[in-house]
Amino acid sequence: MLELKNISKTFNAGTVNELVLFKNFSLSIGDGEFVSVVGSNGSGKTSMLNIICGSIDIDSGAVVINGEDISRQKDYLRHRRIGRVFQDPAKGTCPDMTILENMSLADNKGKPYSLTKGSNRERKEYYQSLLAPLGLGLEEKMDVKVRTLSGGQRQALALLMSTMTPIDFLILDEHTAALDPKTAEIIMQLTDRIVKEKKVTTIMVTHNLRYAVEYGDRILMMHEGKAVMDRSGEEKKNMDIRDVLQFFDEISIECGN
Amino acid sequence: MALIISVIEQGMIYAIMSLGVYITYKILDFPDLTVDGSFPLGAAIAAVMIANGVPAIVTLPVCFLAGGFVGYLTGLIHVKLHVRDLLSGIIMMTALYTVNLRIAGKANLPIYTDPTIFDNDFVNGIFPEALRDYQAAIILIIITVIVKLLLDWYMKTKSGFLLRAVGDNDTLVTSLGIDKGRIRIIGLTLANALVTLGGCLYAQQQRYFDVTMGTGTVVIGLASVIIGTSLFRKVTLINVTTSVIVGSLLYKACVAAAIRLGLAATDLKLVTAILFLVILVLSMDKKRKVAGADA
Repeated sequence: MLELKNISKTFNAGTVNELVLFKNFSLSIGDGEFVSVVGSNGSGKTSMLNIICGSIDIDSGAVVINGEDISRQKDYLRHRRIGRVFQDPAKGTCPDMTILENMSLADNKGKPYSLTKGSNRERKEYYQSLLAPLGLGLEEKMDVKVRTLSGGQRQALALLMSTMTPIDFLILDEHTAALDPKTAEIIMQLTDRIVKEKKVTTIMVTHNLRYAVEYGDRILMMHEGKAVMDRSGEEKKNMDIRDVLQFFDEISIECGN
Repeated sequence: MALIISVIEQGMIYAIMSLGVYITYKILDFPDLTVDGSFPLGAAIAAVMIANGVPAIVTLPVCFLAGGFVGYLTGLIHVKLHVRDLLSGIIMMTALYTVNLRIAGKANLPIYTDPTIFDNDFVNGIFPEALRDYQAAIILIIITVIVKLLLDWYMKTKSGFLLRAVGDNDTLVTSLGIDKGRIRIIGLTLANALVTLGGCLYAQQQRYFDVTMGTGTVVIGLASVIIGTSLFRKVTLINVTTSVIVGSLLYKACVAAAIRLGLAATDLKLVTAILFLVILVLSMDKKRKVAGADA
């Protein structure tokens, strides 16, 4: 259970650029939920993820995981139970390291990074078996530097890497936004498969309303630091993209891609 | 011939130092000026130990550890006190000037007659009389190759992977649940340990310590790294550490050639600076140039 309790956050407090993003914002996400978050630019979607991950501090309130207040916990400590994929495919992998090296690195998360061999050759076949179903040919490129891969290939790798070890939460920050439609589709299907297989609690920010409607079991629409729409269960299942669009129009915000 | 031997000797010594600079500059993207202080630190420690009759072989691990400690402090200043990279190095470099003077007791400490790592009863017994002139060069090549192989090995360990990752993409390191600041400190520690080891060997090869001998070390290190890495960028068979060593040799050869052409030893720093500028321009490392100017 992830809870955001009465979060307040103001950027540039006390200056002309003061921006009150959250004021007593609360949200709770149950174990195993797959939440899609939509909303216009500046509505607080990504800031919410940053607050959960500890990338930005909060002014007041609390971030609580399974009853434990982690509001003051350092970002890297929080990431021990969080997997995160960013919009920028370059952020999830090391460009100057090979696919095998990247996957070995991710596979070791939670264990000590000691003076033993970094590349996990024994697990190479296992890594290849994770890559093969993507149909991107990555399993043939284990010793190729990630720098040479396309954005979609990198993002697929980043997604696999972020979920290789047991995690409690998967945070997806517009992770298909920088990809072409076809690759985005592949990544989205991979995401859905991983979430279902691992039953990991997932929060996905997206500008793609179709993805938000099709995938996940809960949909959240953010506007000016508030969740203006929050539907789950049957109510979410029966929604179609027109309902979301209509809602978008009602709060008169521009529609993302 | 004597000139070539001298180029090899100094090239190898500066290669070990340059491997340290490679870690900070290329891997961590950290222009570490501590080097100008930690290189003579090794020289000061070695000179004092040797002048006091300590076996020369002991100076190597002692200098390595002392340099590691100094790098660790630079890391702490940068990571824990949030002082920007260039300034952290400048603070340490300045502080080390005094520290080095204190260690040596004076600005100049010759060790002309004492046994060094290159000239002691043990190695003199191993090398035949005929190889006497090449003795130091051979020992330096052996030490440099050992250091290179150890560094290559480290870069392939899990810990080494993190070091490479933190320079490559530190967001990923955070995502792995690892404190990226700690990894940067480890990198600075290792880098300065190598630099100080280089200084330790330098004092024994030159047979003196001088408090000003560190000035410009970082430039020599950067030049070696940039020559090496840009020259062999396309050659996949030569790994990075080897190319840094070759870069250092080439750099020393250029300087030796400049002196041969009639420049005085006092012109050395100017030659160093101009050579570095030429190398920077030729290697088209534009991004770094601008970053350096801005800092």
